[in-house]
Amino acid sequence: MSSRDRILARIRRAVGERGPDAEGEPGASGRAGAPGYARIPRDYLRVHGVRTPQESADLLAAHLAEYRAAVHRTDRHGLPALLAGLLDARGARTVLVPPGLPPSWLSRAGQARVADRAASTARELDAVDSVVTGCALAVAETGSIVLDAGPGQGRRRITLIPDHHVCVVRAPEQVVDSVPLALALLDPARPLTWISGPSATSDIELDRVEGVHGPRTLEVVLLTAAED
Amino acid sequence: MPAFPPFPEAARQAVGDGVLRANLRHATHTIRDKRARAVAELADWDRLRAAGKAVKDHTLRHLDHYLVQLEEAVTAAGGTVHWAVDADEANRIVTALVLATGEREVVKVKSMATQEIGLNEALAAAGIAAYETDLAELIVQLGHDRPSHILVPAIHRNRAEIRDIFRTEMGRWGRPAPEGLGDDPRELAEAARLHLREKFLRAKVAVSGANFMVAETGTLVVFESEGNGRMCLTLPETLISVVGIEKVVPTFRDLEVFLQTLPRSSTAERMNPYTTLWTGTTEGDGPAAFHLVLLDNGRTDTLADATGRQALRCIRCSACLNVCPVYERAGGHAYGSVHPGPIGAILSPQLRGTASAIDASLPYASTLCGACYEVCPVAIDIPEVLVHLRERIAQGGPVTRNGVRVRIRPARGHTAERAAMRAARLLLDHPGALSTATRLLARARRLRPRRLPGPGRAWTDTRELPELPAESFRAWWTRERGTPR
Repeated sequence: MSSRDRILARIRRAVGERGPDAEGEPGASGRAGAPGYARIPRDYLRVHGVRTPQESADLLAAHLAEYRAAVHRTDRHGLPALLAGLLDARGARTVLVPPGLPPSWLSRAGQARVADRAASTARELDAVDSVVTGCALAVAETGSIVLDAGPGQGRRRITLIPDHHVCVVRAPEQVVDSVPLALALLDPARPLTWISGPSATSDIELDRVEGVHGPRTLEVVLLTAAED
Repeated sequence: MPAFPPFPEAARQAVGDGVLRANLRHATHTIRDKRARAVAELADWDRLRAAGKAVKDHTLRHLDHYLVQLEEAVTAAGGTVHWAVDADEANRIVTALVLATGEREVVKVKSMATQEIGLNEALAAAGIAAYETDLAELIVQLGHDRPSHILVPAIHRNRAEIRDIFRTEMGRWGRPAPEGLGDDPRELAEAARLHLREKFLRAKVAVSGANFMVAETGTLVVFESEGNGRMCLTLPETLISVVGIEKVVPTFRDLEVFLQTLPRSSTAERMNPYTTLWTGTTEGDGPAAFHLVLLDNGRTDTLADATGRQALRCIRCSACLNVCPVYERAGGHAYGSVHPGPIGAILSPQLRGTASAIDASLPYASTLCGACYEVCPVAIDIPEVLVHLRERIAQGGPVTRNGVRVRIRPARGHTAERAAMRAARLLLDHPGALSTATRLLARARRLRPRRLPGPGRAWTDTRELPELPAESFRAWWTRERGTPR
């Protein structure tokens, strides 16, 4: 008997023999769950509060700042200068640019561009100063930005190895209020990275220290609609 | 596994350690206060808690169904699934997978499951070095120490102790600590960053656990803060995840409950800095090979106990440790297990059985105050399971070990307790005898000794005998109300 069969047999004995499973009830995405799945209580809130898009963006900014991410706001006219300024202020000489990042975003930046390539080694990426990306969405209630390797976000490692990450969030379009609303929009088949503030540890006497292994500086740019 | 002393012995030593008690008190009080604030932000906390409990109970009830579904989904997404009945088998599988890559070192994400099976020791025996990369686990590993808390394994160490460990030990494992390293947490974290970055950048194989696995999609989830998890999960060519079978949830949507309750309960944050979700392998992004080792190691035995199985709902948030008056004073090491605190006191004796003195003592490592149940985000009634296990240990009875139904004998050392319970039952079943006994007791109150003789002496070593009232409640009732009840 294989270990697989042994474990499954032990489970069936442990929970009591059940008759042949009734017609599976649909799970959240339409696939069959086990009988009884639909009876799990779901009376918790989809969202904690009623907010205007502006209020949601403000809440996102406040929660990000509380976890010591720097938050900036601009529109598409101001974005190239803002990004160039952030990179210059950091003293960055090189910047990682994922495929699909709108070229206009970095049109004012003088830094040497490093492409996100599968062939790059981790050591090569370690030599890069900054990375600029977009995101899949951001969650206001938790102060999180979510990357799904879509256009303008690149591979997971490029937002991890450089010490400075600038993430552009289109507000309000990419801002959702809550975790349940965010999950409903995400595709589990893609690799997902939720980022809530910069890398941090509380392992030494529970004193929070930013930056252990991931980027020590996280800057989030809320890109709002232009006035024109 | 080394033999640990029973809890009372280990705890007596720990409570005498003033530094340890101060470190623990500071840490547990800080985090419990923060957690209460984080939880209070969500008006629907009780409903999230009920949903989390229901999701887990449902999954456990249909665990066979969901594990098979998970296996299919992981395989379809490019991963390979292995099944391990016990620790030895899991260690053999992981060792063989690492050796097959030709590598002799692995980087590790903090994982309770791999600690439970003693993976690092098994790998070392096969000539493979396993590097812990979580800062606290690094402190524990460099200090030749054991973790003492689920979330912050080095909670028992203060900054001065950590600096000394880094200074003396880092050089033996790789990049030494910087000259003149001080004890500021910022400086210590920087030293760890430099020491570990070398290992991340060259690592070809990583070993992790997972907080959740999604049956429907084959997605695995790891919650962390430092980025060491992301380093291990995305940089190496091969990723091996060892995960307890109870970590599966049915659907991707179910994560909406735990993404809200786990961070707030564990680190007291709205969300931990990094959460990684991956499904099999992704071309050109992350590991090219992904292995999932599904671990039983006592979990199906635990599932067979209708009262005790609720321990398998645990999502390892550690909130119960931080509110426990016993943990706060005794520390995590006294529990002699990778799962310390109240949850450890019910999980370890079920996963490992109660044959050893430490495991038989764990259900007694509690005051039954109930604070652990109050904070548990999946509503595990820890006191209920503690009492259930105490009864099992004192009385003996049927349990499942290694998939086989056996009857355990009453533990030694509980004879007096059993005799007392038998006597109590006799009296309570015979009202006449009871009333005579209480009358006699009231008359004998002047004779009350300060300590009990015989087997009762151990009990009165640490407790005062209660005063005997002048008359029994029943006598008082009759006098006041006139009608005997």
